[in-house]
Amino acid sequence: MRQANQERALAILSPLAALALWQLASNMGLIDQRYVPSPLSIANAGWDLATSGQLVFHIGASLRRLAIGFVLGAVPGILAGIVMGLNRWVRAAVDPLVAALYPIPKLALLPLLMLVFGIGDGSKVVVVAMSVLFLTIINTTAGVVQLDRIYFDVARNYHTPWHKLFLRVILPGALPTIFAGLRISLGVSLVVLVGAEFVASRSGIGYLIWSSWETLMIENMFVGIIVITVLGVLSTFFLQECERLLIPWRRD
Amino acid sequence: MTPPKIRMQGLTKAFGERGKRVVALDDFTLSVADGEFVCLVGPSGCGKTTALRIVAGLETADSGTLEVAPGADRKQPQNAMVFQEHGLFPWMTVVDNVAYGLEMRGVRKRARREQVEPFLEMIGLARFRHHYPRQLSGGMRQRVSLARAFVADPEILLMDEPFAALDAQNTLMLQDELLRIWEGSRKTVLYVTHGIDEALALGDRIVVMTAQPGRVKAIVPVDFPRPRSAAELRGDPKFGALQLSIWRMLEDEVRAARAQAEA
Ligand SMILES: Nc1ncnc2c1ncn2[C@@H]1O[C@H](COP(=O)(O)OP(=O)(O)O)[C@@H](O)[C@H]1O
Ligand SMILES: [Mg+2]
Repeated sequence: MRQANQERALAILSPLAALALWQLASNMGLIDQRYVPSPLSIANAGWDLATSGQLVFHIGASLRRLAIGFVLGAVPGILAGIVMGLNRWVRAAVDPLVAALYPIPKLALLPLLMLVFGIGDGSKVVVVAMSVLFLTIINTTAGVVQLDRIYFDVARNYHTPWHKLFLRVILPGALPTIFAGLRISLGVSLVVLVGAEFVASRSGIGYLIWSSWETLMIENMFVGIIVITVLGVLSTFFLQECERLLIPWRRD
Repeated sequence: MTPPKIRMQGLTKAFGERGKRVVALDDFTLSVADGEFVCLVGPSGCGKTTALRIVAGLETADSGTLEVAPGADRKQPQNAMVFQEHGLFPWMTVVDNVAYGLEMRGVRKRARREQVEPFLEMIGLARFRHHYPRQLSGGMRQRVSLARAFVADPEILLMDEPFAALDAQNTLMLQDELLRIWEGSRKTVLYVTHGIDEALALGDRIVVMTAQPGRVKAIVPVDFPRPRSAAELRGDPKFGALQLSIWRMLEDEVRAARAQAEA
């Protein structure tokens, strides 16, 4: 017990020590502040961005695109994956398409998507959705295919109506594998979103980072990097909590 | 005379394509009376599971006729099957697994819980009602499987080696519990096992099957008085004698099955 507390204290202290060292090195001129500003100046810049409302604006823009894109990719992906998992003919027909489209780096499609969906939120949402879609299809299909045949036998034996079969057997049975796909999708989504916001946006954390670089406001750039990292950690945590809630039988 | 609850007449079933065709059942004929507990024994691969699945409607016979619960009103489910292992849904709690049949029939949650409760008490798992199968031992899981089938209140019960994955002590306990639950309803049961002693402890009749393709080789009546105790029966001198005579019938078939497997 005491050892665990000591370990926890150490886990908090060591990053703080690293920050202090960083600050010290900056003050002594060991680190070139033109490239890597000191923690205090980054904090300052962060405070200014926060109080001016810019930070909330950019975070809001990125979160909105991420959330909408994620849902637009995940929901159809799950539905398509279930159909493919259940029907070998559909699987045979769609598998080659998925196999061909999945490896395309979705960011490479951004210019095309901007032609189709415009330079606004649409193209960013769609590029995120596409990154999520294929991963979700692949994982959901695998989850359904791997379902033990005996569950279908039990379902038939008790005359399970099709909507119950879907909600009580297939979906929960495939859920752990679906979530494995969603976790990977989330990481990929963040990368793709930041990339899209670099080149084709007037808002969002990606835009904040890129425009700060262009105007040589290196502190603001660092604020952006830190914020997007925190967003990544928090959204991963959120997904984990959803998983814990939706898959209670896998706990402990 | 009341008609049999299950009537299988000349059931034949083959699997696979040309070249690799396996005849699982060949001209299998058997009737089970209302309230009768019939055990099927035979070497592995002789078609016991296939016969049960055909009766359950999970498989269709290539030829022959099958009649289950003729003239029964359709409000009651026709059959409920207890599988050997892994038959519970891992994502449902004990109550939800036991109540599955009721839920599928559209029984409301409140009513389901009420109907399930006495069965949970009966199998001694009331305390575990909100546990998931993963959190239970193998013996507890099979108790839940039994409860699920009994709760559904079907015309007939089908059981496919439900205790085969359990250790000897657990098996003995579960056999007694099955007998106790069954005494309460006296439902018609078709029970597959590879244990002669299990068949003797549970059944009113034992059907000995031939090696593949499966046919009826012999039918042995078992007239130990009920209610029985699976454990105490084993001390009965008649028990050992019957066990040996059934083994004699089965021995050749097991040898034949082994020869087939090695060929
Ligand atoms: N779905 C299936 N496809 C192909 N062969 C099967 C299938 N089900 C059973 N068999 C074959 O039919 C024979 C009888 O199987 P089964 O009824 O499971 O035997 P038992 O339950 O007596 O061990 C076996 O040879 C088995 O391999
Ligand atoms: Mg079998």
